Formats: sequence, C-alpha cells, structure tokens
Amino acid sequence: MIEIGLGHYLSLGAIIFFLGVIGIFLNRKNVIVILMSIELILLAVNINLISFSIFSGDIVGQIFTMLILTVAAAEAAIGLAIIVVYYRNRGSIRVEDIHGMKG
Amino acid sequence: MINNLNIMLPEIFLSLSIFSVLMIGVFIKNSFNIVFNLTSLIIVVAVAIILSSPNNVEKIFLNSFTRDAFSNYFKILILLSSLFVINSSKNFIIDNKLDKFEYPIIILLSILGMFFMVSANDLILFYLGLELQSLSLYILASIDRDNLRSTESGIKYFVLSALSSGLLLYGCSLLYGFTGSTNFDFIAVELTKENTGAVFAMVFILVGLAFKVSAVPFHMWTPDVYEGAPTSITSYFAVVPKVAGLALLIKFMFIPFSNILLEWQTIIIFLSIASMILGAVAAMIQKNFKRLLAYSSIGHIGYALAGVATGSVSGYESAIVYISIYVIMNIGAFSCLYLLKKDGKYKENISDLSGVSKKHPLLAISLLIILFSLAGVPPLGGFFAKFYVFVAVLEREMYALAIIGLLTTVMSAFYYLKIIKTIYFDDSLITFELTKNKTAQVSIFTSCMILVTFFLYPSVLNNIVNSLFAS
Repeated sequence: MIEIGLGHYLSLGAIIFFLGVIGIFLNRKNVIVILMSIELILLAVNINLISFSIFSGDIVGQIFTMLILTVAAAEAAIGLAIIVVYYRNRGSIRVEDIHGMKG
Repeated sequence: MINNLNIMLPEIFLSLSIFSVLMIGVFIKNSFNIVFNLTSLIIVVAVAIILSSPNNVEKIFLNSFTRDAFSNYFKILILLSSLFVINSSKNFIIDNKLDKFEYPIIILLSILGMFFMVSANDLILFYLGLELQSLSLYILASIDRDNLRSTESGIKYFVLSALSSGLLLYGCSLLYGFTGSTNFDFIAVELTKENTGAVFAMVFILVGLAFKVSAVPFHMWTPDVYEGAPTSITSYFAVVPKVAGLALLIKFMFIPFSNILLEWQTIIIFLSIASMILGAVAAMIQKNFKRLLAYSSIGHIGYALAGVATGSVSGYESAIVYISIYVIMNIGAFSCLYLLKKDGKYKENISDLSGVSKKHPLLAISLLIILFSLAGVPPLGGFFAKFYVFVAVLEREMYALAIIGLLTTVMSAFYYLKIIKTIYFDDSLITFELTKNKTAQVSIFTSCMILVTFFLYPSVLNNIVNSLFAS
C-alpha cells in the first residue's frame, strides 16, 4: 500500500496539463478538440491548486479553483460562439482549413 | 468603509456605468450613437476621477488591490489611448456596418479588466482582470461576424490566448503552492533562488505574459489577428492591451520576482533580442499596412522589453516612456488608415499609398512624421524613446543588447523609409475621397504635434514617470 502524497497529485496535474498542451498542437482535425484541450489544461490547474490547498491547510487555493471554474465556463461559451460564426462563413471547422491569412 | 471604497472609485464607477449603458443599449432602438457618446463621456469622467485621487500607496481587500502612482498613470494612459482610438475610428465603424451598441460596451469591459490587471496585488485578482480583458478581446476580434477573415482572426486569437492563459495559470498554481500565498508581497519574500519550484513557476508566468504583449517566440497570433480584424479593432489591439501587458510585466518584475533577478533577466533578454530581430526582418516583405504595423509593434515591444531586462528602476522608467510614445505613434499611424477611403472601401495595402503626396500633401506629411518617429529619427519622439532605453541598457553594461538594438533600429528604418519612398516618389494611382473624418484628423494632428514638439519638453513625461517608482 503506497501513501498517496502531494507529489502524486502534482504528477497527475502535470500529466493532464501536458496532455492538454500536446492536444492543442498535435490535433489536425477539429477545433472542438482544441476547446476540450483548453478545458483539460484548466482542470489540471485546478487539481494542482486543490492539492496545494489541502496539503498546506490554506483555503485560498480552493477559492481560486471556484473562480477558475467560472472563468472556464465563460471562456468555453465565447469559444463555441466564435466557432459557430466561423462555421457559418467557412462551412468547416477543420483545423487544416483555417489558413486564410499567411506570411 | 467609505474611505476604503474611495480607493477603487474608478473601477466602481466604470462597472456601474457599464451596467447602465448596457440597459440603455438594450431598451432604446438604434442606440449605437447614444451608447458611443456615453462611452466617451464615461472615459472622460473616469480620467477626471483618477486625476483627482491622491497618489499615495493604499492597499485594500486583504492587500489584494493597490492604488498607487504606478497604477494611476497606466489607467490614465489606457483611458486616454482608448478614447482616441474609438473616437478616431467612429466613421470606419459606421461605414463597415459594425455600429452595434455592444461594440463600445465590450471595449469598456476590456478597459475594466485592464484596470484590475494594473492594480492587482494578488494572483487571483490579477488572473480575473486578465481574463475579463482577454474574453472581451476575443469577441472584439471576431466582431465583424459575417466576414471570414474577422472570424478566422477571432478563432486564432482565442485558441492561442486561451493556451497562454492556461500556461500562465499553471504557473500561478505552482507559485501559490511553493510560496504558500497568492499575495504579491508575500511571494516577493518567499521567492528566492533556492525555491526551485517557484522559479520554475516564474518561467510559466513569463511565457503567458510574453504571449499577451506578443513578444517573439510567442507572437504567432499577432500578424494574422491584426490583418483579419477590422481596422478599428486592430488599432485598439495594437495600443491598449500592449500598455496593460507591459504594466503587468513590469509589476511582476518589480514586486514578486524582485529577488530572482538573474533568473528572469536571461529570459527577458532573449525575448527582447528575438522580438527586435524578427520585427525588423519580417516586416520588410509585407504588402499589407496592418500586417506591417503588426511586425513593427513586435519590434517595438522588443525595445520596451530591453528596458525591462535591465532590472533597474531607470530601465523600467525607460520602458514606460517607450510604451507611452509608442501609443502616441500608433494612434497616429492607424488614424491615417481611416482617411484612405475610395468608393466606400478602406484601403490597407502599402501600394495604395503610392503618390499620396501629390493629392493629399497634409496626409503625406503626417505619415512622414509618424513613420520617421517609428523608425527613431531625431528629433522626433520615437528617437527619445529609444534613446532612454539604450541609456538604461548601457548603464547596466549590457553591451550586446544595446548593439543588437541599434542594428535592428537601422534595419527597421529600411521598411519605414520604403513606405515614405512609395508615398513621395511613386506615381499617383488612387485619389482618395476627402472624407470629413474630423476626429481621425484631430488624432493625427495631436499625435504629430506631440511627436514633433517632444524634444522641447522631454522632462515633462520624464518627471511624471520618475515619480511612479518614488514610493
């Protein structure tokens, strides 16, 4: 039986965080997947904050988490709205198709 | 209690007036003009409130919010620059059918976010202010929603900016964990070289901030967003968030990161050199004026970062002087774009400027002044901005940074002079309509006057900026 400590939580947070970052850069299919990756990054931050908060006995980290959750919801709403207007103009939300401007 | 609330009177006033203006916009039909004029009035009143408030350092709400000379200066700079930007672009907004009442309101919301950013003394408040600003800017970038290029720039800005916010937030969480507090003053005490985890967090936060001020190598979004967004939004993007981003960067270096100067200095020097070189090289091949200004703004941020990289108070002061003059130059440059109208369409290619001097001599001479100032030709304002930065850099004996800065200044002079050559010596192709765009003309005139007469009284701006770090 291993003792689950702060290090384990932080590793979990780091793994989810890097999955999110890699998801943004490797994904060539769909913009929605990028939105999901961004959510993953924010959730990784939440895991970090909550575990720090619990292990240091300081409540501020959990308050910060609540605020991040609200901001993440607002961010997802605006992101989806932008994707909808883009789809109306372009008829596609494939990442490969978003290349109207270059140079 | 009331005395405490007075400390954040500008923010309270701004948020209450946003709510009331929003109601006016919803309940009155075709309310763009009313809302637009009210917005200008709100900005002027907010400037008056800040000017009448004292400059001593006050902290409230568990020391999470500060009001001092530094934040007051940046708030006034943000308000005045957005006043000029939105007023000079009014005709453009109406001509391009962007005259929805939400437009000025979202700009006010982003200004409110920037207010909290420059006043924050706590990671939570800082993050919330940053997000309020970014969320408003996502909407502004894609505000021309039936235009493919505008929405594409919105998507690009959203994805990259959300990623940078995520990196920054990850840094904030590590910083909170390894220093035990979200308060900047506490972090400053705890954050030392031995605290490896917190130094690691500092790198993440710097990456996030570099995204916001578009320093190389985190600049990818800038040219596309500047080109795709409507010009009125581009001019806002080029001016106001840059001011707030740089203020935040200086604040982070000055308070929480002050004990690990050697650790962050290398990173900032790298960002600065890379931005200066890319800004000078990549702008040479651009054909679109907005895209060129995007690369030019990347280069200018590089010079401002060179001032920050010194890590000394005189360096921070030079960076603040630099960004103030940069704001004046860019307001002038973008206001010129609002006058280039032909058959109801606004031109934005450099080739459209050819031979402007023959038909529109006044516009040509203003562009000449602004472009010379951007290039840093004495005795215009842009020269003094660069001069102070290089003096501060040389004081700290960072010769490599100064030499690269001077070389890139010479290189960037090439493309500014190329535009001037197009304006003055090429054949005239287009006669632009003489639009009665008084506000844009006033902006160009003000910006040119300040740039030309700056050398007479450089001490005015210097004295103000010197007083920011006195306390």
